[in-house]
Amino acid sequence: MNNTLYDKIWRDHCVTERADGTSLLYIDLQLLHEVTSPQAFDGLRLASRRPWRLSANLATPDHNVPTTGRAQGIDGISDLIAREQVTTLDANCRDFDIEQFDILDTRQGIVHVVGPEQGATLPGMTIVCGDSHTSTHGAFAALAQGIGTSEVEHVLATQTLAQRKARNFAVNVEGRLPDGVAPKDLVLAIIGVLGTAGATGHTIEFRGPAIEAMSMEGRMTVCNMAIEAGARAGLVAVDDTTLDYVRGRPFAPTGERWQQAEAYWRTLHSDPGAHFDSSITLDASTLVPQVSWGTSPEMVVGIDGTAPNPEQATTEQQAQGIRQALSYMGLAADQPITDIKLDRVFIGSCTNARIEDLRAAAAVARGRSVAANVKQAMVVPGSGLVKAQAEAEGLADVFKAAGFEWRDPGCSMCLAMNADRLQPGEHCAATSNRNFEGRQGHGGRTHLVSPAMAAAAAVTGHFTDVRGLV
Amino acid sequence: MKAFETFEGVVAPLDRANVDTDQIIPKQFLKSIRRTGFGDNLFDGWRYLDEGIPGQTLNERQINHDFVLNYPDYQDAKILLARDNFGCGSSREHAVWAMLEYGFRVVIAPSFADIFYNNSFKNGLLPIVVDAETVDALFARTPGLSLEVDLVNQTLTPHGGQPIAFDIDSHRREALLQGLDEIGETLAYAERIREFEQRHRQSMPWVFARDGRGYNTAG
Repeated sequence: MNNTLYDKIWRDHCVTERADGTSLLYIDLQLLHEVTSPQAFDGLRLASRRPWRLSANLATPDHNVPTTGRAQGIDGISDLIAREQVTTLDANCRDFDIEQFDILDTRQGIVHVVGPEQGATLPGMTIVCGDSHTSTHGAFAALAQGIGTSEVEHVLATQTLAQRKARNFAVNVEGRLPDGVAPKDLVLAIIGVLGTAGATGHTIEFRGPAIEAMSMEGRMTVCNMAIEAGARAGLVAVDDTTLDYVRGRPFAPTGERWQQAEAYWRTLHSDPGAHFDSSITLDASTLVPQVSWGTSPEMVVGIDGTAPNPEQATTEQQAQGIRQALSYMGLAADQPITDIKLDRVFIGSCTNARIEDLRAAAAVARGRSVAANVKQAMVVPGSGLVKAQAEAEGLADVFKAAGFEWRDPGCSMCLAMNADRLQPGEHCAATSNRNFEGRQGHGGRTHLVSPAMAAAAAVTGHFTDVRGLV
Repeated sequence: MKAFETFEGVVAPLDRANVDTDQIIPKQFLKSIRRTGFGDNLFDGWRYLDEGIPGQTLNERQINHDFVLNYPDYQDAKILLARDNFGCGSSREHAVWAMLEYGFRVVIAPSFADIFYNNSFKNGLLPIVVDAETVDALFARTPGLSLEVDLVNQTLTPHGGQPIAFDIDSHRREALLQGLDEIGETLAYAERIREFEQRHRQSMPWVFARDGRGYNTAG
């Protein structure tokens, strides 16, 4: 039987098929944060239920935590409603005896940075979290899915997720990424081709030489945005790069148990001839750095391109979508991307706040200064440990010398739940994952880019091809 | 969850594709630890001209009279008519809670994003997929369109018109009609989950490395 990677993980976690035809999928790990868990814990209380397996859960606050004054802990959260949410996570973890890296723990950070960093995320696992970017963990050949709060409660209570199997989608990436073109550029280009609903109902496997050549950080960036193409999960097969990353992490197995795990993990790839329901193939070697111009991640264009012209749309509905997006973004049809001036720059998020991302941005910022028209450029590391490492490597000093703000870890301006946000009409070069209307603040205009492109935009004040700067 | 019953309601048209959950309920309202209190902030960025902040009362807000849900024709709408990929983006179930609390019980669209679609059923909001042509035809009949939604017979019937059939997964339909507790249903399989878990622990012991934090043996 020729199975895809997804088929294999599904098979190895399928508990049973219910009478209604849905399967119960055993969940190995649930990550919890403050925003989507309180109503789930309340549900357990109301029904007098306890979590099925405590060790399957790991929690950390990330969406609502401030990125300044971390030493003050909870007291540093001036927004009382946000503070209640973070203290509620503390209380729930205490009441239900769930392991948490709390706001003062150096291991605290964005859940999708923390899981892999700790080795809590392991190859072949089934992972869920009440956050759509859970697809990130698929970089480890883990079937990782974002779920709603009712499902968070369901997994807490039953250690299973009830669902039907998705279809298989292969995204083949031939060639290798040119210098100055990042995994973020690749995934933006993929979404541009697939469209924001192109992989709905599917699990994407990213494969091919460009993916194989990528670091784990790069693969996480790519899988992170699978959801922006509509897929609940993205996957990459296990190879030496995967195992080298996992080995020695705090929660990773050691000794004989590692040997046993590795033998299984080495099987986590699609068999030759496995059937994919859909597929696309891209050539990485022809890619240029990407910038999103509109209000959906599919609205992307190369740095050498222009905003689209609605008159060239194929349908009236597309034309209307382009007109709405151009109007919201304050752009003219056919406007060159390099003409767009930035008010703020945000380097961070579960997409691009790992050490390699910060190194790429620092390489551009080194010896340069944030342009005068940029009111604020901030770097928000993905976790306390990423922050410490970046400081030890001297990256924090590079950023600070260039005029960037060096912040404490959290989701921050990716979704602007905390104090970090755009003002109406402001353009922001962001390394995050969504450019929806108002995502980074009421009336804010988000352009999605790679860390190096964000740094290039910060030091020149407008979008610039980073390949001319490094 | 309340059982879903047949009703007739006014249809409000939202003529945009890819409506994301950030639009359905903006993030500043996700700070709440409750399941209620989201209805006034449904589509906040479109319904109001000012920026919404948690805790405001409605008479403090500047209404955007150009937004379709604020038209007099749609004040009692219970059915939202939408375009492709409705509910994309964030997994926030608050989007579904906000839709229900505002008064919507049904969303009709040519396609939905997976997580939103799934979240809807968990709360008794019925997402109905019909083909794009039918959706176009329904848009053309607004304002003034009311539909009877009959989940038992899987039909949408315009007032005095011919019924339009729709497909739906039979289990999801039953769950809505009966208002089932899904966790309770799954726990009927607790023995099988436990058996699976034992085998899984033997074949993949590294998954259980953080054990020692205890089990719910009651299941």
